Amino acid sequence: MLYIKCPYCGLRSQNEFAYGGDGTVKRPALNKEISDVEWNNFVYNRKSPRGKHIELWHHISGCRQWIKVQRDTVTHEIFKTVEADKDI
Amino acid sequence: MSQIYRLNNIGLINRDKKISFKFNGKKYFGYEGDTLASALLANGVHLVGRSFKYHRPRGFFGAGVDEPYAIVQMVRNNETEPNVRATEQELFEGLEAKSVNCWPSVNFDIGAINNFFNKFLPAGFYYKTFMWPKSFWYRIYEPFIRKAAGFGVASTKYDSERYEHKYEYCDLLIAGSGPAGLAGAYAAAKNGARIILAEEKPRFGGSLLTSNVNIGNQSGKDWADKIIAELREMPNVTVKNRAQVFGYYDHNMLVMSEKVSDHLPKTKKYIPKQRLWYVRAKEVLISSGSIERPIVFGNNDTPGVVLASAAKEYLKIYGVLVGKKPIIFTNNDSAYETAIEFKNNGIEPIILDTRSNPKSEIVDEAKNLGINIKFSHVVVAANGYKKVNSAQIAQISANKKDLGIIEKINCDCICVSGFWTPSIHLSSQSGNKTKFDDKIDAFVPGKSKQNETTIGSANGIFNLEETINTSFEKGYELSKKITNKDNKVSIPQVSEKNYTSHDKFWCVPLPDKKHYKRFLDFQNDVTVSDIELALREGYRSIEHVKRYTTLGMATDQGKTSNLNGLQLVSDVENKIVPSVGHTTFRPPYTPVSIGAIVGREVGKHSKPTRKSPMHSWHKKNNAVFVDAGIWLRPRYYKKGNEGLFEASKREAENVRKNVGVCDVTTLGKIDIKGPDSAEFLNRVYTNAWLKLPVGKARYGVMLREDGIVMDDGTTTRISENHYHMTTTTAQAANVLSHLEYYLQLVWPELNVNVVSTTEQWAGAAIAGPKSRTLLQKLFPDKDLSNEGLPFMGYTEANLFGIPARIFRISFSGELAYELNVESDFGNFMWEKIIEVGNEFNIQPYGTEALSTLRIEMGHVAGTELDGRTIPYDNGLDGLISKKKDFIGKRSLNREAFNSNERQKVVGVVPLDKKTSIPEGSHLVKEANAKLPNPKLGHISASCWSVEYNNPFSLAILKDGKNMIGKKLYALSPLKNKSIPVEIVSSHYVDPKGERVRS
Repeated sequence: MLYIKCPYCGLRSQNEFAYGGDGTVKRPALNKEISDVEWNNFVYNRKSPRGKHIELWHHISGCRQWIKVQRDTVTHEIFKTVEADKDI
Repeated sequence: MSQIYRLNNIGLINRDKKISFKFNGKKYFGYEGDTLASALLANGVHLVGRSFKYHRPRGFFGAGVDEPYAIVQMVRNNETEPNVRATEQELFEGLEAKSVNCWPSVNFDIGAINNFFNKFLPAGFYYKTFMWPKSFWYRIYEPFIRKAAGFGVASTKYDSERYEHKYEYCDLLIAGSGPAGLAGAYAAAKNGARIILAEEKPRFGGSLLTSNVNIGNQSGKDWADKIIAELREMPNVTVKNRAQVFGYYDHNMLVMSEKVSDHLPKTKKYIPKQRLWYVRAKEVLISSGSIERPIVFGNNDTPGVVLASAAKEYLKIYGVLVGKKPIIFTNNDSAYETAIEFKNNGIEPIILDTRSNPKSEIVDEAKNLGINIKFSHVVVAANGYKKVNSAQIAQISANKKDLGIIEKINCDCICVSGFWTPSIHLSSQSGNKTKFDDKIDAFVPGKSKQNETTIGSANGIFNLEETINTSFEKGYELSKKITNKDNKVSIPQVSEKNYTSHDKFWCVPLPDKKHYKRFLDFQNDVTVSDIELALREGYRSIEHVKRYTTLGMATDQGKTSNLNGLQLVSDVENKIVPSVGHTTFRPPYTPVSIGAIVGREVGKHSKPTRKSPMHSWHKKNNAVFVDAGIWLRPRYYKKGNEGLFEASKREAENVRKNVGVCDVTTLGKIDIKGPDSAEFLNRVYTNAWLKLPVGKARYGVMLREDGIVMDDGTTTRISENHYHMTTTTAQAANVLSHLEYYLQLVWPELNVNVVSTTEQWAGAAIAGPKSRTLLQKLFPDKDLSNEGLPFMGYTEANLFGIPARIFRISFSGELAYELNVESDFGNFMWEKIIEVGNEFNIQPYGTEALSTLRIEMGHVAGTELDGRTIPYDNGLDGLISKKKDFIGKRSLNREAFNSNERQKVVGVVPLDKKTSIPEGSHLVKEANAKLPNPKLGHISASCWSVEYNNPFSLAILKDGKNMIGKKLYALSPLKNKSIPVEIVSSHYVDPKGERVRS
């Protein structure tokens, strides 16, 4: 079980969190004309990298903040965690 | 039967307490402190089971977790448990156990015939034999294999024992309480670290309990007792015996299983049978010790062949002789201790040492005691079927290839030692890159990946002084790193006899024209020839060899066999062991019972049960409850002999005719505040929200980004910047996460806060033509006329002094209101509604009537908003704003979402107006078409329409809108029904919606 450092609460076990997917995806702005391809990429297409991955976790049984976590998908090493509105 | 193999003057058992137990139906006696294994051996019972494949007789091989043979079926409190190692099971009064893998009995086992057909059971037998014909697999092969496979039988009964989980955090976890573990723990504890010391056995001390050593001028055992006693007194120390650390997971999370009551005749109330500890440790000291490995020789699985260390343990801890005429067969010094113990207790052992001329203090001691030692000698084969009665022995050449003249000597046990294998399981599980140590012919931990340090013999250190010194040092170092303290304790003086090196000899060659079976893996019956065959057949990777031959795959996970298997592969392939490599160590180290893994999360405890504040009223009034997510909701209120159908029909009819009240507390409620709330709702919902006035509610639908409907519900503007959102019961948590996601990540510039208030408000829906009159009596001062509080209006009022919220919203399609008060007043509100409503014939109604009312009104709910449908499918086209953007809108342009072929919600009525249509039925054109009959849609919800007194269903049907008036069939193969139906509008009752506005 991972040990994730919530930027608000400190180190907490994984079972307090919900996984939220790729943390680098940016939602297209509202009312912006975009192609089907762009939209499909946003909604469906995700990379599954081997190694460093920036992802979202939701501290669902804690402070209820979404956070960004940089994790190695092979070793599970966590390099950095930041608040949702910050960049890694 | 008397304990004829028990000695009177040695051992740690309590001879004052005699214990009776049963094995295979026969009664025996042992003592408190015995294991089932030691008590059986004391009684001279060596035959305890049959082997996996050939059903050969099997006895005891080890004395602990490494035991491959003595697996028994336990009977305890009328419950049966398989896969229990007799070497670990402590004796208690009335214990009952049975042999496994034998029929009709362990003494006469029909399956032993396999032994004589062994030519037909080579490696990969299953893969070769059960391949064809394919049709045989389910009918013949699988049932056969299932019957033949496995040790013991799982109980089919509910496990009534209690298991618990515990979460713990510590500075330092020490796995194993041998000399290394004790030294490390003591040094760390004295330096202020919060430690947990876990020992798998009932007694602390590990090898110190059986070895003749001195630490700090006292015996090893006394020193261990003193350290444990001192540790127990320290507030920063947790000491646990019967606790096996079996798994090392990510981020220094270790799991251990504590056998709290397995050694007791009966579990005490509120005390679990086992407890699973999840321990997050800053640092881990692995002092898991080492396991003796055997030397391979002919018929080495015969009962009476035991590990030399096990023989010593049975003698020194339990006062039990594994035999009275022992042969000690060794390639190293440690087995000399076993021989010396025998000698000191009046038994004459013979030592066969594969080495020609070892020089050490312990060898000299054996010589001085006059023990018969034959150097350069080996056991070629054991004789005897159910018990060793003699051994074929021979001299072996210096190159270890040729045997001299074979002679037969009498013996009743063979104590074998092929040197020691460090238990690197935990280190390896942690991600440690293990390395091969040439000096000890075994793998040891290499570079750590996590915060773990391996000490003592688990690290390949077999010298006690070095173990003690390095372990004290490591305990101090690691604790200093964590506590920043500097209290160093002095390291005690150690004295033990010196040892010389072992002989790298592991397998006795076969003599000419002899085909003795030489077992590598005792539990899975894997022989030397099986591995050789696998290699001849082209298997190279050790992982493949393992899976093909099942070497090291049984419940003991090859604790005694893996390394010899590697040696063999290396020898045949002309490689060295490190280049062959070992198979991956995976948790658990020892079998863990399913009950312990599940813990308390069984039955109703698997998730919390939420109850509304009105729950006790429902219960008192004969409510029959249904699980709605994690909530318990009244499904109907039973009157007299009513069943579900009659009761729900009565309740729904009463809503249409008079007035009903329904507990809607379970609906998700989210409080939304902030100046940008309107803008936020406008982006979340598909319809327009910017112009909703204060004091008004609106129905909204929200989508996921992929265009699928996520949830629906009403949201009310309480004040300028304050909204009250409701969600469905099931989606409440997901919707909150969804809103938080957009507020925190996508649009952080919006000044909005959301918080769940589901549990803060109790809710009651009051529905029916008489609801206004009733409400007016509850709130006499309020103008509740159609003008005063119109449809979708909201107001606040006082309910007999309690602040209440009144929403004029309707799910039933009738004139209806929803009343909210703070949860603590929920029951008060409910009782007042009933009390005042009695004169209007009010009846409470449950979820079944609620469904009936919404279905015949054509209101879509969870069965239509099923995670596959978009707003257009549900007739919600009017709620899709053309003017603004919202979550998921772009997806609605997808071609597939705009096809005529899409399935849409319609109503369905059976032609005979009598037959109810089972939910899930398929709608098809022809009832008897060839299978697979093309499916046009499915029935999503069914009810008995109380308005028209006939069955009515909702369905999701291809090209639904153009199908109205058409005749189809509803097929339910499950219920064996084929019902002719007509497709109608989904708005079956009051299609213009006049009642809710009346």
